[in-house]
Amino acid sequence: MIVFDGVTKRYPDGTVAVDDLSLVAPTGKITVLVGPSGCGKTTSLRMVNRMIEPTSGTITLDGRDTARMKESDLRRGMGYVIQHAGLFPHRTVLENVGTVPRLLGWDRKKTDSRARELLERVGLPEAFASRYPSQLSGGQQQRVGVARALAADPPVMLMDEPFSAVDPVVREQLQDEFLRLQGELGKTILFVTHDIDEAIKLGDQVAVLRVGGVLAQLADPAYLLAHPVDDFVADFVGRDRGYRALSFQPTPRLPLRPERTLLLGETPAGVAQDWALVVDDENRPLGWIEPRRVEGAIRTEMLHRGGTVAPASGPLRAALDAALSSPSRRGVIVDDSGSLVGTVRAHEVLNAIEEAARPEVENPANPGASAP
Amino acid sequence: MTWFLDHVDDVLSLAAQHIYLAGLPLLLGLLIALPLGWLARRYRGLYAPFTAGFGLLYTIPSLALFILLPGILGTRILDRNNVLVAMTIYTVALLVRTVADALAAVPADVNQSATAMGYTRLRRFFAVELPLAVPVISAGMRVAAVSNVSIVSVAAIIGIPQLGLLFTDGFRRSFYDPIIVGIAACIVLALLFDLVIIGITRVLTPWQRAAGSAA
Repeated sequence: MIVFDGVTKRYPDGTVAVDDLSLVAPTGKITVLVGPSGCGKTTSLRMVNRMIEPTSGTITLDGRDTARMKESDLRRGMGYVIQHAGLFPHRTVLENVGTVPRLLGWDRKKTDSRARELLERVGLPEAFASRYPSQLSGGQQQRVGVARALAADPPVMLMDEPFSAVDPVVREQLQDEFLRLQGELGKTILFVTHDIDEAIKLGDQVAVLRVGGVLAQLADPAYLLAHPVDDFVADFVGRDRGYRALSFQPTPRLPLRPERTLLLGETPAGVAQDWALVVDDENRPLGWIEPRRVEGAIRTEMLHRGGTVAPASGPLRAALDAALSSPSRRGVIVDDSGSLVGTVRAHEVLNAIEEAARPEVENPANPGASAP
Repeated sequence: MTWFLDHVDDVLSLAAQHIYLAGLPLLLGLLIALPLGWLARRYRGLYAPFTAGFGLLYTIPSLALFILLPGILGTRILDRNNVLVAMTIYTVALLVRTVADALAAVPADVNQSATAMGYTRLRRFFAVELPLAVPVISAGMRVAAVSNVSIVSVAAIIGIPQLGLLFTDGFRRSFYDPIIVGIAACIVLALLFDLVIIGITRVLTPWQRAAGSAA
C-alpha cells in the first residue's frame, strides 16, 4: 500500500506541481493518476521512488516512510516503466531484463533464467534474448520494459505513460496483456496516463488531477463515469461516458435468437433471409453474406466482416456494439470458446440496459469523497 | 629507398619511441579528461569554463611547452617525461569537450530509467553512461591520436629521439631521404593508431553494429 499524506511539491521559482495530495494506492490494485499536462501526475509518481523529493508531506510504503529509506534500496524494490521504455541500448534484451537482479547481487545464472522466464511471460520469443533494443519494434521494446520492471518481483510498480508511444492497435494489445499479467501477479501499481480511456480501462481506481496538482476526484471507473464530482471532471471524463460506462456492466440475460448459418463452400440457394451468417466447422462466426446476391458456392472474399462479435459473458457495451455494427442489424453473440450462441437486436440490448440498475451512489451529497 | 633499407633498424627504433611518446599520453589524457568532462556535464556552470579553458591549452605552442615544462616540473631538459606531460596536456585539451558532449548525448530516458532502477550515480556512470559515450569519445580519440603523432615530432628540436629526428637530421644535411621516410612513417603510425582505436571501439560497441542491421 502506498499512502500519500499531504504531499506538496513546490519548486524554488514558486511553481506548485503537486498541492497537498492525499491518496491511498491499495495493495494489489491498479491506481491510475490521470489529468491534463501540468497536473503533476508524473511528479507525484516520481516522488514515490524519490526521483523528486517532496517539499512537504510524507509518502509511506506499507507503513514505512520512504524519506527514511536508502534511495537505491527503495528504487530496487519498485518496478519502473516509462514511455519509450528507456531500455539500455548497449545491452541485449536478456541483460536489460536482468538489470535489477544483477544490482541486487544475484549471480548470472539465476538472473538469466529469471530473465528468460519473464520474456516468455510478456510474450516475447526466446530468440529475442540476444538482440539489442534497436532491433525491436516500439511495442516489443515496451514489453521488454515491463519484463525488466518485473524482474526482481517487486511488490510495487510505477508506470509513467508506458503505452502512449505505440500505435493504437499495439497499445490495446499491450493493455490487455497488462491486465492479464496483473491478474496473475497482483502488484500494487501506480499508473500515470493523460488518456482517460486508458485510465478507465486499466484502473481499479482512478485519481483525476487538475492543473496545479490538486486531486479533483478519486473513484472506481464506473463510479467516475456515472458521478463526476464537478464540471472539470465531467469534461475530462468526456462526452460519451454513458456509453463507455456500459463497459463495466456485465451482460444480463439477453433474449438471444437462433441464427440460420451457412458454411464456406455451401451454396445458399433457397435461403430466404436478407442476411445469413457464415461460420466455420466449429460454429465460429466468420462474417455475413446476402444469399440473394451470391451465385454458386460461398467464398471467403464474399463475407461482410464489419460486424463486431460480443461474448455472452459481457460487458453490455460489447453486445450493443455488436448489434450496431452488424450489417444485418443482428449482433453476434458467442460463448467463451468463440462459438456462436445466437444474435440480438440493438433495441433488445437497450431494453436490457434500461432494466439493469445504475451503479449506486454511495454518498450522494459528495460523491467524490466516498471513494475507497 | 636505399637509405631506408640501410637504416631500417634506426627508423623502427625511432618509430617505437614515437609510439610511446604519442600513445601513452592518449591513455593518460583520456583518464584525466573523463572526470573533467563528467564534471563539466554534471554541473552546468562548469561546462563553458571547462571546455573553453582546457580547449585553450591546445593553443600553447608545443616548442614553448617542451622548453617551459622542465622549469615547472623540475625535470631535466632531455627528460622524456616532459614530452609525455606536454602531449597529455594536448590530449586533455581535445578530450574534455568531447567527453562532456558524449555524456550529454546519452538519452535522458535511459539515464532516468537507470536511476529509477536503483543505480547509484557512480555505478550508473560506469555501467550506462560511459559505455554509451564510447562512440563519441572514440571519435575524439582519433583526432587526438593524429594530433599527437604530428606534434611529438617537434620534440626532436630539444633532442628527444623519435621520428622527428629524421626531419632535423635531413634538414641539417640538406638530404631529403630521411625526411621523406619520416613523413611516411608518421602517416603509417597515424593510420596504425586509428586502426587500433577503431578496433577497440568495435569490441566495446557490439550494439552499434546490431543497430545497423536492424530489421
